[in-house]
Amino acid sequence: MKVLMYGWEFPPHISGGLGVACHGLTKALSSHQHQISFVLPKLKPMNGESSHVQLIDVGRFPVYTSNLSPKEFVVRQIERISKNIDIHAISSPLSPYLTEEQYQEELLRLARLESSEVPNAFRETSHNISLTGEYGPNLMSEVVRYASVAGSIAMRVEHDVIHVHDWLTMLAGVEAKRISGKPLVIHAHALEFDRSGDNINQAVYDIERFGFHQADAIIAVSHMTRNVIIQRYGVSPEKVHVVHNAVAKDAYPGKNGYQKASKEKVVLFLGRITFQKGPDYFVEAAAKVLARNSNVRFVMAGSGDMAPKMIERIAELRLGRKFHFTGFLKGAEVEQMYKESDLYVMPSVSEPFGISPLEAMRYDVPVIISKTSGVAEVLDSALKVDFWDTDELADKILAVLDHEPLRRELIDRGSQELKKIQWENAAEHIGQIYQAIA
Amino acid sequence: MVNLCFYFQVHQPNRLKKYSYFQIGRDHFYEDDEKNRAIMEKVAQKCYLPTNRLMLRLIERYQGAFKISYSISGVCIDQMKKFSQETLDSFKQLADTGCVELIDETYNHSLSFLYSPEEFKRQVLAHNELIQQEFGLTPTTFRNTELIYNNDVALAVEKLGYKTILAEGADHVLDWRSPNFVYQPQTCNKLKLLLKNYKLSDDIAFRFSNKGWESYPLTAEKFANWVHAINGSGETINLFMDYETFGEHQWEDSGIFNFLEHLPEWILKNPDFQFATPAEVSASHSPVAKLNVPDFVSWADIERDLSAWRGNHLQDDALDAVYQLENRVMETENWDLIRTWRSLQTSDHFYYMCTKWFADGDVHKYFNPYSSPYDAYINYQNVLADFETTLDR
Repeated sequence: MKVLMYGWEFPPHISGGLGVACHGLTKALSSHQHQISFVLPKLKPMNGESSHVQLIDVGRFPVYTSNLSPKEFVVRQIERISKNIDIHAISSPLSPYLTEEQYQEELLRLARLESSEVPNAFRETSHNISLTGEYGPNLMSEVVRYASVAGSIAMRVEHDVIHVHDWLTMLAGVEAKRISGKPLVIHAHALEFDRSGDNINQAVYDIERFGFHQADAIIAVSHMTRNVIIQRYGVSPEKVHVVHNAVAKDAYPGKNGYQKASKEKVVLFLGRITFQKGPDYFVEAAAKVLARNSNVRFVMAGSGDMAPKMIERIAELRLGRKFHFTGFLKGAEVEQMYKESDLYVMPSVSEPFGISPLEAMRYDVPVIISKTSGVAEVLDSALKVDFWDTDELADKILAVLDHEPLRRELIDRGSQELKKIQWENAAEHIGQIYQAIA
Repeated sequence: MVNLCFYFQVHQPNRLKKYSYFQIGRDHFYEDDEKNRAIMEKVAQKCYLPTNRLMLRLIERYQGAFKISYSISGVCIDQMKKFSQETLDSFKQLADTGCVELIDETYNHSLSFLYSPEEFKRQVLAHNELIQQEFGLTPTTFRNTELIYNNDVALAVEKLGYKTILAEGADHVLDWRSPNFVYQPQTCNKLKLLLKNYKLSDDIAFRFSNKGWESYPLTAEKFANWVHAINGSGETINLFMDYETFGEHQWEDSGIFNFLEHLPEWILKNPDFQFATPAEVSASHSPVAKLNVPDFVSWADIERDLSAWRGNHLQDDALDAVYQLENRVMETENWDLIRTWRSLQTSDHFYYMCTKWFADGDVHKYFNPYSSPYDAYINYQNVLADFETTLDR
């Protein structure tokens, strides 16, 4: 089948799980004989190396001109799209997948913008529109501009089905469907409720709700996410399918003889240091563990708005010698961090899926995961905790560190289980969903 | 006679390099040699060398009537040996004139008194030996890091045999009293206490180039008039400041060197005034009163207390952590390890972790190689974690 996919990020230029998931998924889909055209807001030079998909840069694609000027066309499109949905430019850093650098940049940019207008959305007069593909205060205007040319792409790129990822590209999907009349699949990796708790951004929620109601099928990354889509967005249950995320088939590096530097056991938290990832529960559990066993080192890798608070808390607990902060880690550093670790903890308050425990397991690192995570639905060889129960979390950390047979069992069974959590299986399921609606 | 008593602090910390978690257990060298060299060379060019040349000229010109004193931290002397021998030689030249007193402090410019009296004593003795060895002089005056002082510091310093100690003449210490007399610490019978006249000291050190200040521009004549106005109501006017005031904090184009060059001439125009070193002032005056200082004072920030180094959890945790290692370090009897541990005690490391951003925050930022106190804390703890691993081997 020919799939026209709209996404926001793609390796190697990614800032979070969405890009990783899109890459694994498209690779498996293409091995199932699907042809994928993947539309991105902006192609980075390195993106060109992906061979299994045709990558399309919105900025290099001529807008549909008919008898209108490009600018008029874009304005007209935005007016039309905006009719369905109330959209305002948002002057807060939208944080779904922000990297450290982007976060810092955004804060600076916001500080500069503070009282002035958000730059207007229609700055170009040429035949192309330019998008940055970044996250930030202009994100909403980028989302709308991206959608405004989606239809023109849908007209020129042959396809049988439209597949979009998360709210950033939902308007584009709806617009593409309007032009080509092909069925629309929305893939929900994370919802506004996951990112913002109950203090949701109304415009983002509205886009999600609008998109879900226009879609022919919705793919949720977990049952948890599916339930939220049904209950909080009023979507009919038969339209919402669960396809869990996975890992690549050939990717099992293990420790590969790696010599770690620390002679203490290392317990890792890796992720954005934000409310929904539960970093504070990790810190409190670490204090409880260190009170009983000082031969452990804790590492918090990542960045986020809660980092200063976490650092201050560690200092207050007088644990700075045993609890380390690495800041945001990139590519090879992430790999090294997993290899340095003896246990991975994901105490998320809200995690639609949570692919990082699977990543950790690829390096023979046993994992403790929050019960409120999508990955908990597919993983048996993991210890599961209520994120708020730091006594229980501390107990389980100590248990894994103290009992080698338990650790061994989690690693061995985990590696067996990983073999079943493959993108290939996910791709097969998605293929069936395509078939049913095409 | 009224004395004008100059003491200059000369110090440069050993700044740490960027040290990531992944270096722990693998990289046992912590100092940023490149940055330390660059800063030493820069400060030598802008401050130490030109100011020392000027001081030497003034000493020669006034044939014994112009006198000054220095405290040079041990870490700073080590850096001069490593990066700017010329600077060290020029200080030696000054010391050889007989018009310069050298003052003792803790070798590592540390907060050791607050954590370990034993370690404090060892660092004071180490500094004393270093000054004898490099300059052939035996200090009898002591100043603690950043003028941190209370009754207990005085008692410990008296027991070490010093005759004079310097402290901040903070308002909450002096109350109605004047800093311009010689005092005796409440806990002591021999040691004499000289207090900084912070108003006149800060006129030079902080306000000199401030164009918004009502007394700008400050000339040697104007300053000498202020000093002379004290005639009859004081015995000594103690001007204590960082030596980097000359050429580094106050740039050359502010006229600071010109001010300094002409100051002795204007001061000495009044025959009731003379220059003297702390030891001379102390030897020639009996204390007017005992001074009770139970709480710590320092010369830092507007609070004049310990909050620049012990004001938040980051600082408390890092300080606790480094001093908790004392017994394990000393037991190794390994000189390299002891030296490294001491270099991690330099007060600047903790100053960088300060989160007081208002008023004094600007000063903190200016002297801070890190972009945030959090970065300073994380980096320091990574280094300390590695240092701890070296103790186990």
